[in-house]
Amino acid sequence: MQISSRELDKTIIFDLTGDIDLANSPAVRKALLREMRDKRTPRVVMNMSKVRYIDSSGVASLVEGLKASRDVGSRFILFGLSTSAREVLQLSRLLKIFEVYDNEEQALAG
Amino acid sequence: MKTIHAARRGQVKQRNGELNRGLLLRLELPSDPGLLCAVRGAVERLTESFGFSAEECRAVTRAVDEALTNIIRHAYCGRPDRPIELIFRAVEAQADQNVSGGLEILLCDRGPAIKPDQMCMRALEEVKPGGLGLHFIQQSMDVVEYKRANGTNRLRLVKYVHAPKRSVNS
Repeated sequence: MQISSRELDKTIIFDLTGDIDLANSPAVRKALLREMRDKRTPRVVMNMSKVRYIDSSGVASLVEGLKASRDVGSRFILFGLSTSAREVLQLSRLLKIFEVYDNEEQALAG
Repeated sequence: MKTIHAARRGQVKQRNGELNRGLLLRLELPSDPGLLCAVRGAVERLTESFGFSAEECRAVTRAVDEALTNIIRHAYCGRPDRPIELIFRAVEAQADQNVSGGLEILLCDRGPAIKPDQMCMRALEEVKPGGLGLHFIQQSMDVVEYKRANGTNRLRLVKYVHAPKRSVNS
């Protein structure tokens, strides 16, 4: 899996490519927590459009990101969820907990 | 002595025959998280060819992936070099169920026995990281059974191919 980032007006966008599973969810968690806890970025956006699969450890990393965003008062946004990723968030009853948009334009306008 | 050997050979042959009945795929791999994607790929292809819907294929793949993740994290405490065996078999239809057969997956590891409290699922109402893997397995499969035998943890998962529902008039 690859993680790259873009900065855009007090916003960081993480572009994720590949599957998020036990092998790489710690890297996602680390990147999210650094951005929120250390840099206090006001808005963190996850581009999930190229993430085909996410497992429970990946979901746990997103939940940690969400909790950290609430702790520091920043926004944490997901967009471009695949069918599989959406299913996993639905199964864990977390889909409504996250701020989710269909695409980047909506995510940045929201 | 010859008689004993012949009897043993017969028993081994019978046991192997039982193990191989309906065998579709057998995988042996080390407990390396980097291999999870390879297993998911194999399970996706197998479930597609087995006749499951796209949603069911994702469900079975997710269950196997989560079960392997649990083995790596909990049975082997993250050690990447411990043995895991996966056996995929076709199972026959159940007479009392509206199913046309199913896929049985046996996951075996040599970690310590799992305590019953380790198999407990947390409430989904709690928004906190962790504890979701077992939920995903239970929600994805028709049968989830755990057994400890001969120093091996054996998790048996079954997903049935549900026969199309007949209309009332037919």
